[in-house]
Amino acid sequence: MIRILSLAIILLPINAFSQKRYFSEKSSITFFSEGVIEEIKASNTKVTSIFDLASGDVAYLLSQKDFQFDKKLMQVHFNEKYMESEKYPKSSFQGKISGFDASNTQLQQVKAKGKLTIHGVTRDIDVPGTLQIEGNTVSLRSKFMVKLEDYNIKVPQIVWQNIAQQVEVTVQFLYRPVTN
Amino acid sequence: MKKILILLILCPCLVYAQDDLLAELEKDTDKDIEYTFATFKGTRLANGHTTETKNAGSLEFIFAHRFGAINGGWYEMYGLDEALVRLGLDYGITDRISFSIGRNSFDKTLDSYVKLKVLRQSTGAKNFPISMTVLLGGAYRFEPKKNSTISDDFKNVDRLSYTGQLLLARKFSTNISFQLMPTIVHKNAVVESQEEHDQVALGFGGRIKLTKSVAITTEYYYNFSEKENSPYFNPLAFGIDIETGGHVFQLVLTNAVGLTERAFITETRDDFFDGDIHFGFNVTRTFQLKKNK
Repeated sequence: MIRILSLAIILLPINAFSQKRYFSEKSSITFFSEGVIEEIKASNTKVTSIFDLASGDVAYLLSQKDFQFDKKLMQVHFNEKYMESEKYPKSSFQGKISGFDASNTQLQQVKAKGKLTIHGVTRDIDVPGTLQIEGNTVSLRSKFMVKLEDYNIKVPQIVWQNIAQQVEVTVQFLYRPVTN
Repeated sequence: MKKILILLILCPCLVYAQDDLLAELEKDTDKDIEYTFATFKGTRLANGHTTETKNAGSLEFIFAHRFGAINGGWYEMYGLDEALVRLGLDYGITDRISFSIGRNSFDKTLDSYVKLKVLRQSTGAKNFPISMTVLLGGAYRFEPKKNSTISDDFKNVDRLSYTGQLLLARKFSTNISFQLMPTIVHKNAVVESQEEHDQVALGFGGRIKLTKSVAITTEYYYNFSEKENSPYFNPLAFGIDIETGGHVFQLVLTNAVGLTERAFITETRDDFFDGDIHFGFNVTRTFQLKKNK
């Protein structure tokens, strides 16, 4: 009995670390909202992410300032007035992907469930997405809506442009196995 | 008992294995350089400049008014009957170099300058305490129309003046920024009994944000080269910045009416503390001509 248990003690941590870790090679998170005068869109291609194909655990982290807008002034306002990037420089997601088979190479419909942190506010989200395994790469995609008020993002009253109260977020990651 | 002990030992392992993904990502991103942004709302503090320059491909149209003195009373509609105007364009050649041209009705002056953002305040992997912008400019006055109005040996070149300025700013917090402006103004022609050709001044000013879109500002230039019998005063200004999308409205109260460095640093004729205060505004509109890459 003690032997089995001590074996378990030795093996379990190893098992925990010998997960199938994937690190994002290409990433992009974009958001889009239709305004009355002009549409607001930006993309961030410097997002870092880790995905564990064995457990489904996934996390991503981004710097708010890495969102690029066509209009640089809009980018400054996004950081200064809406996201308060000096106070809340990062956004992140941490959760689990479920509903996939790691041996299937077809496009699979999956669900991502976990904690999304934006503007210092963390909320549980549950969003649909797709997963595809091709060779030694894994790609994850998802599209979902984020309501500004859920994350306490306030639009100053003085702003003339009508800024939509929710934005459409598109997440795309291409992962490769961690090599070390 | 042993089983429980083993479970206790194992549990942290399992928890750790699940929760560390984000922590691992966070470890990697600590090395970034964070450049301070939006030290000021506009390229002007009140009369003079801030360290801010236009970003690459964006064009700012600025129109500024300085009305008559408020103490002109009802007859002068508290100064609103008369106004001096400056119309200008500022263009960002790169994110750190901008070029401008403008026309001020004060002495019918045409002005032009370049602003170079040399140093940027940053934290993170590189810590640097201040931002520094260099301004180099020239101004040509068209008034009076004829050289002979001033004197017989007055030439066109005497209408020129030059400005060199270091703008040193620090954003202390999201809401508080402060700026120092060592300045030199050279005038090709002066009334020598009253003025030096080269005048050295030190400006200081700052802003405090009241809300995300509204800030109060102040700006003062002290002229070290002022002669004893100079008829001129140092310019002082208090302002409110209001930002609405692509516009910045700056409302100011100041004793200066000119909007080029020669005019407001070295030729302000009114005394703020004698009540010769002028209301004025700067309104800017930014157009993005080229997409941000």
